[in-house]
Amino acid sequence: MKRNLKYNLVWLLIAVVGWILINVLEGVGIIDQFAETTLVLIGINIILASGLNLIIGFSGQFSLGHAGFMALGAYAAALVTQAMPTELGLALGIIIGMILAGVVALIIGIPTLRLKGDYLAIATMGAAEIIRIILINLKITNGPAGLYGLPQLASWSTVYVLVVVTTVLTVNFIHSRNGRAVMSVREDEIAAESMGINTTKFKVAAFVFGGMTAAIGGALHATYIQTIAPNDFGIMESISILIIVVMGGIGSMTGTFAAAILLGVLDMVLQSFGALRMVLYSLALILIMVFRPKGLFGTWEFSVKRLFNRKKRAKEEV
Amino acid sequence: MLLEVQDLSVNYGVIQAVKGVSFNVNAGEIVTLIGANGAGKSTILHTISGLIRPKSGKIMYDGTEIQKEKSQKIVASGISQVPEGRHIFPGLTVLENLQMGAYLRKDREQTKKDYQTVFERFPVLAERKNQDAATLSGGEQQMLAMGRALMAAPKLILLDEPSMGLAPIFINEIFDIIQAIQKNGTTVLLIEQNAAKALAIADRGYVLSVGKIVLSGTGKALLANKDVQKAYLGG
Repeated sequence: MKRNLKYNLVWLLIAVVGWILINVLEGVGIIDQFAETTLVLIGINIILASGLNLIIGFSGQFSLGHAGFMALGAYAAALVTQAMPTELGLALGIIIGMILAGVVALIIGIPTLRLKGDYLAIATMGAAEIIRIILINLKITNGPAGLYGLPQLASWSTVYVLVVVTTVLTVNFIHSRNGRAVMSVREDEIAAESMGINTTKFKVAAFVFGGMTAAIGGALHATYIQTIAPNDFGIMESISILIIVVMGGIGSMTGTFAAAILLGVLDMVLQSFGALRMVLYSLALILIMVFRPKGLFGTWEFSVKRLFNRKKRAKEEV
Repeated sequence: MLLEVQDLSVNYGVIQAVKGVSFNVNAGEIVTLIGANGAGKSTILHTISGLIRPKSGKIMYDGTEIQKEKSQKIVASGISQVPEGRHIFPGLTVLENLQMGAYLRKDREQTKKDYQTVFERFPVLAERKNQDAATLSGGEQQMLAMGRALMAAPKLILLDEPSMGLAPIFINEIFDIIQAIQKNGTTVLLIEQNAAKALAIADRGYVLSVGKIVLSGTGKALLANKDVQKAYLGG
């Protein structure tokens, strides 16, 4: 992280500029309440999808259970903020949700990550269903009706800051020594093993990390929307997060951002089309997959570092 | 004796792939195992590096038994493998592949020097440092796999069919590199189907046939042996 300090600072600057820009646009009135909700949902989707991208794109394990971890974060945050409707309660709720999701991911991950491909997908889907069924049957979670009238503690600023934090953490993890180990497991498990890498450990680590970020997304969802029910976290939610990852490009964080923004805006624009909305949305998905089968960006990443180096090289050539 | 394999047997389900094989490798030697497809050569190598568990027998490395150790521990103790078919990491750059080889090392200064040594030995890797490893040719990938194994600073390097599927010009280069690796003080256990080349550079060799060692001797003696010539050297 120290070596990349310069690039991390540049990213931080970009993030701050983005924050100011959105604030100004809001002050001027270009971003209204409706647009702000869209922004928040995009931000939550970025957090959810970048965690799933870490699991699917970087460690190569196909998980269909992301909504389960999201649910854990959502319920943890909802219950804590009901008892303690302050900013501190929100922070506490997020942290408890992350720990809970991390522990559950560990318990699910150790036996299921021995499976591969579609078997793993089915096992993780099953695990998420178990979480959902438990939430329906518990008293404290108010059963199938869910929890409502939650205090609105998450503002778009909270979401924005957490998007930045999780992205910085995820990207730095990917570029670390351990991140390389995770990718080597994806590329060739036998070779990774013979390099002395504990392949199970790294698959589980990526799964736990992804699960914990999903909990952040879930917590924000609960404290912004103010209503949650077990059925919000079914298989369809897992799939819509998966769509963002696949559309952006499996293994590209840049793609995840772009796809989350594109789909969020598309969803907003299509609101006025009424019943036609889902048809147009699906049509857009099909068109993107036909013309960009590897996702919008493939595995390409936007890199400040490369931009710098290119400039340097151009200068040297002159 | 750096490596001593005693009465090793390995099963795949009900099939016995290796049947009571014993051999040894002294420090500083190049030792080769030759034999036809299915003789059990790769199985022996995978057992040494801890990817497969033996049914019975012992593997002694530097005086300790390693047949029950995890592969992480075996790599850390100084045995590094270049797998058959190269098994480089295609989505990673050449440099990242080499960094994976040094994954378990803690001596940063020496590791840095070793990158330079590897780049000097394989200039083509230095040229393509930041390229996706998948874009390398077969011969270059083999060099990358060898460079990656060397980055673990092994005492013993296990080479599984390094000449497989390569153009003749690369094959000669690979065998030159194997000799250079030995000169640098690393012991080599080499598995080859190209028996003539392997025996020419080996100090000693063992001939495997259907899971058993049928012949052993110095590289030169085996090259001159009539049976070996008939079976593996084409007359």
